[in-house]
Formats: sequence, C-alpha cells, structure tokens
Amino acid sequence: MTERMTGSQALIRALEEVGVDTVFGIPGGAILPAYDPLFDSQKIRHILVRHEQGAGHAAQGYAQATGRVGVCMATSGPGATNLVTPIADAYMDSVPIVAITGQVASGAIGTDAFQEADISGITMPITKHNFLVTDPSEIGRTIAEAFHIASTGRPGPVLVDISKDALQNETDFTWPQPMQLPGYRPVTRPHAKQVREAARLLVEAKRPVLYVGGGVLKAGAADELRALAELTGAPVVTTLMAKGALPDSHPLHMGMPGMHGSVGAVGALQRSDLLVTLGARFDDRVTGRVDSFAPGAKVVHADIDPAEISKNRHADVPIVGDARDVLTDLVNAVRAEHAAGRKGDYEDWWRQLNAWRETYPLGYDQPEDGSLAPQYVIERIGKVVGPDALYVAGVGQHQMWTAQFIGYENPGSFINSGGLGTMGYAVPAAMGAKQGRPDTPVWAIDGDGCFQMTNQELATCAIEGIPVKVAVINNGNLGMIRQWQTLFYDGRYSNSDLQSRRIPDFVKLAEAYGCVGLRCDNAADVDATIAKAMEINDVPVVIDFVVHQDAMVWPMVAAGTGNDEIKIARDMAPDWENGD
Amino acid sequence: MSRHTLSVLVENKPGILARVASLFSRRGFNIDSLAVGTTEHPDISRMTIVVNVEELPLEQVTKQLNKLVNVIKIVELDPSASVQRELVLIKVRADSETRSQVLETVQLFRAKVVDVATDAVTVEATGSRDKLEALIRVLEPFGIKELVQSGMVAIGRGARSITDRSLRAIERSA
Repeated sequence: MTERMTGSQALIRALEEVGVDTVFGIPGGAILPAYDPLFDSQKIRHILVRHEQGAGHAAQGYAQATGRVGVCMATSGPGATNLVTPIADAYMDSVPIVAITGQVASGAIGTDAFQEADISGITMPITKHNFLVTDPSEIGRTIAEAFHIASTGRPGPVLVDISKDALQNETDFTWPQPMQLPGYRPVTRPHAKQVREAARLLVEAKRPVLYVGGGVLKAGAADELRALAELTGAPVVTTLMAKGALPDSHPLHMGMPGMHGSVGAVGALQRSDLLVTLGARFDDRVTGRVDSFAPGAKVVHADIDPAEISKNRHADVPIVGDARDVLTDLVNAVRAEHAAGRKGDYEDWWRQLNAWRETYPLGYDQPEDGSLAPQYVIERIGKVVGPDALYVAGVGQHQMWTAQFIGYENPGSFINSGGLGTMGYAVPAAMGAKQGRPDTPVWAIDGDGCFQMTNQELATCAIEGIPVKVAVINNGNLGMIRQWQTLFYDGRYSNSDLQSRRIPDFVKLAEAYGCVGLRCDNAADVDATIAKAMEINDVPVVIDFVVHQDAMVWPMVAAGTGNDEIKIARDMAPDWENGD
Repeated sequence: MSRHTLSVLVENKPGILARVASLFSRRGFNIDSLAVGTTEHPDISRMTIVVNVEELPLEQVTKQLNKLVNVIKIVELDPSASVQRELVLIKVRADSETRSQVLETVQLFRAKVVDVATDAVTVEATGSRDKLEALIRVLEPFGIKELVQSGMVAIGRGARSITDRSLRAIERSA
C-alpha cells in the first residue's frame, strides 16, 4: 500500500505498525507536527509527563515490565538533552527503548538555531544506534530499523532525531518497509562445540557456580536456567540485574554477588573452580578488584554481545549467543554427559556453601533507640505485598536493601538502575511499568534523595490514572553517601544531610499531587500502613517511612578492594574456613 | 605495543567517521593514522586505521567497532601480506647552492618534484612509512619548511577482495 501523507503522519503510522501502544513524552516546537496526528491515533496512548527524564525512565520501566520496546518522545534542544540520562541508563542496562526527538528544520541545522542541539552527536556514545532523518520518505524505514535494532541482539536504546521539515513535508508512505542494515547481524545461535566443552567442564568441576546476569532475564530464559541448575545441582548467584531469574527461595540459589552481595554468593565466586557466566558482564561492582576475583576459576562466558566476552576477565570457553538458546543447548549437552556416566559431584562444595549460608545469612540490627529500621520496612513490604508485584527501586541504600530483603520469586519482578546508577529512576520507571502491566501491583521503593529528583511524575500518575505505590525510605540523608562518609571519611558528613524528614513534608507533597499520602515511623504500624496503601487503587499512594539515619548496607566489599575483603559489618570479616 | 592496520568497510553515510573516531577515543585507544574514501561500490566507504595496541585490547576494539551498526566488516591486514602506502608532500628549502643535491635525493627515493619556487621545491613521495621517514631524514638538513602526510591506505596482496562478500550483503538488504 502507498499513501500520500506528511512525515508526521508517516511517523505515527509507522509507530502503530510496529505495535506501539504507549508513548511517554512532552511536545515542543520542533516535534509539534508529530503531536497533531498523534492526537487522532486510536492505537497509541500518549502519556504527558512533567519532565523528559520522566518520559525516558517511564519508557524503560515499560520495557522492563513488558519485554516490549518502550517509547519516549521529546522536542529538540533541551527536550532532547533531558533524555540523555535515561538513554545512558538504558544503554548500560541493555533496555530496549526508542527515543524520538524533533530537530530544527534541516536548513537550520548547524546554525545554532533556537532549541538546536546535536542530539545524535551527543547520544552517539550512549545509544546502540541513532539516526538523524531529514527526508520524510525515510521516516517509515528508520522507525522499522530503530525498533529492530533496539529489540534484537543485545537490546538497547535507539534515538531517532527527525527535522521539523521532514515532519511537515509530504511523502509516499508504504508499509512494510524493507530494512537496510548490512552491518547489523546479531549472533543468537551458540556454537555447538563450545557448548559441549562447557558441559564437559561443568561435570568435571568440583566447585562450579552459575553466575547469572540480566541477559538471562532479557532472553526470557528463567525456565531454562532452572532446568540447568536442577539438572546439574550447581549453585546459582543472580546479579542485581538478574534478581528473580531463579527464585530467591530456591535451595540452589546462593543470593546476589557483588559489593553488597551475600557472603555465600561472594564466597562461592571467590572459591569457585568454574564460573559458568550467563548474560553477565563481570562488572566491577560484582568482581571487586578484578585481579583478585575468583582466582581459581576457569571461565565459561556466554553472552549475546561478543564484545563482553574476555573484556574484563579472560574466557576459557567463549560462547556467543542468546541466553535461552545457550541454556537449552547446555541442558542437552549436560544430559549427554550424564548419559555417558559423567556427572558432577559437588557434595563437598555444598557442605562449604551451606556453612557460609548458615553462618552468614543476610540480616540487620534494629536501631537501639526504637526508631524504624529501613531494612525491616522493605522486608515487610516484600512479605505483605508478596512476590507477584513488581518492585522498582531508585539508587542507593534503599536499592540494595530492596535487592536483599524483598524475596523475588518471579523473573523480571525487580526493576532498577544497575549500570548507570541513576538516582530518581524509581518513580517514573514505576509509572512506565504500571502503564505496561496495569493489572500488576507496582511498588516503587525509593530513597528520600532519589524521590526528590523525579517526584513530579506523581502528577502524571494521578492525572493519567496510573496508581503506583511509592514507599519513601526516608532517612533524611543521602544514605549511601552518609554510609561512605561514616566508613571512609571519619564521619565528616559533607553535604549529605538533606533534612528531608523536615522539608518537604512528603505527605503534603503527595496530597498536593493528587495522591494519598501516608506516614509511618514505628515498627508496630508498618504492616497496617502497607495494607492501607494496598487498599487504595484509584490514585497513587506515597508512604513516608521515617527511618533511622545510621542504618548501613551489609555485607560490603569496599570500592577498590578485592572480594575476599568483604565485611559483614564494620570491621567484621567472615571466617572463610568455617565449616570446612 | 605493536602497530596494527585495520581495514574497516562502512556504509557510506553521514556521521560514520565521527562514530568510529569517538569509539576509539572513548574506549581509550589512540589512532596513529586514519584514511577514509569510497570504494568501487558507491555505498561502501573504506577506512584504513593504524592503531598502536597490544593483542588483547585490539580484539576488544575490533569487537566494539563491529557493534557499530554502520560497520560492515573489519579485516586486519598483515604488513607482509599487504601493500601499505602513505603519501607525503614536503616543501624543502632549495636555493641555487643546494638545489641539485635536493633533486638528487628526490630521484634516489623515486619521489617527484611537484612545485618549484626560487628558493624551495615541493616534493611528493609515496611509500611505506619506513621509506618516507628515511626521505624526511635525508631532506631535513636542507631545511623542511612545511610537511603534510596522508593517513596510510592498505590493500591485501593476491586476487582476493575483502569487499566482494560485503557487497553481496549490501545488495541483499537493498
């Protein structure tokens, strides 16, 4: 079919054709032509956010919750630059989003025109790919390519910058559009020989660990992971980006590795003789000092991105492929090993692992002054709300406690900003997640610092009917900064005291935004407050949990040290030989 | 550190040079030399990039380059199995006293004089880096007033072409 229409109409039609049902954005001069046909679209709902950063994180939350490509839209110049943080965040965490920005008219590009910014140049290092379109006839094909690139291979953000004249001028629109991407050929099928080698190492290993990253969730491979774990009996650690890939309650699950990982998970990696790394990337927050990371381990590294393999740690067996395909093939290869009478014996290993797990469970102290422990609040939310909700965190102490204490049973039930560590992620990402999965309860667990960066999107949630819950873990401080200042700067609390238990009043702020505001400052009321929030489903709910300011995240591997230096509390190291 | 010559086939699209150059700089690699031009296929440009890196980081930068959507193919050219050439233009002082010596040197290197003034000549030379460095060393005592060098271009020896298969990929997608 070919139809005569404007570039703007072609854009909206193309978005409809690729299956977009939600766009988060704000209009402005250069993108304005696109908003006119968008007004008429029966298939696309536009959510008018209050800040473009909110649109970007909402698109991420939507993508994380649904597995589909999230879409955000902004105008040229400041509209586009406000998307930079979410785009960088999506790049680090491999989240498929497409950002559509208006650009000044093609004749004005390069003249420092009003609201001109070279957003394709600016986002070059933080997008999987980007496009500048100045010809309306290229809009349809570019949208098709953008969605294909964002969602295939290693997912990631794609930006499409469209000049105002390309939106206004007429073109012949045809669909479907053939893509022209001769240089884009992601490899998804793993190499059979490498998979067999991995299976052989796995049955020969004495102390293997399945080191599982976000790629397993992106590939939708939780069932396959579980099959491999249960078939081999090997312990599993799930990184911050992989929470829920194996239920936290599963007996083979050793917890989260890394800077604030469990002793069992960190110890498992450090003492391992074989890491079977699946969709993870040896991030410095997992490895600590990389030269002392898992010193005795051979490495099988499976990832869809060949550039991740041997980037930070040499891979003895590199496997390029989609995690689901890799796991399926690996299960079959291990079965073949078993059939040939070769089976791993990890009994001694489990004796050690269980000793660590029993001796050093995750835990926390109640504050002596009777004030509220933040970990308790988060633990109770997990228990009362249950594992079928989506949990969205910001960045900092509350994020780590949310990773540690909720108890994830379902893949994809924890959404957070891992690689970039973007404070302010939670509220807009929760909005996007709730919009994508309206029937699922969505709880943002936020810090008081994070919350004050992006809480204007509560207005969007209230007006657009997106009833998220926001639990503000309010310790009045930039908590993780305070923790580091306590530990590494002699308690000199330079500029980390936000005084947000005084200003602003979060309950009043919630009410001003058309939400219900609740407050809780003692343990006895925590469950009832959560229950009350759960009963309210017509408007968003904000709970101000006033908690103790000196709670710390433990265990901790201090930045720049090795994982063996993990502390379970201040100046307390685990006894590694315990249980041997 | 060792020098490596990469031939990178890219789509002939605006911004691709910036994409490649910024990738090198943000991943911490220095480019020794870079030359870009179109190939026998108008939709494909070819970059010849010389980098000074160890084997392992080279693998990493090649993989990162491959991730650029507009990059079609990367081939490392072994100096012994390829022809590698640079071009240099040198404006060298040559008065009546030294002119004949300068011209003799130019002939010795099979370079040529492309412009003459009363007290200077401009010399054009192509060759391997070693040869050009030798020429520059020999001309130096006469007084080099100005010097400009191209990036290296390189092509594999023998009948095989690295663009053939890439062309088919382009044609398939078109």
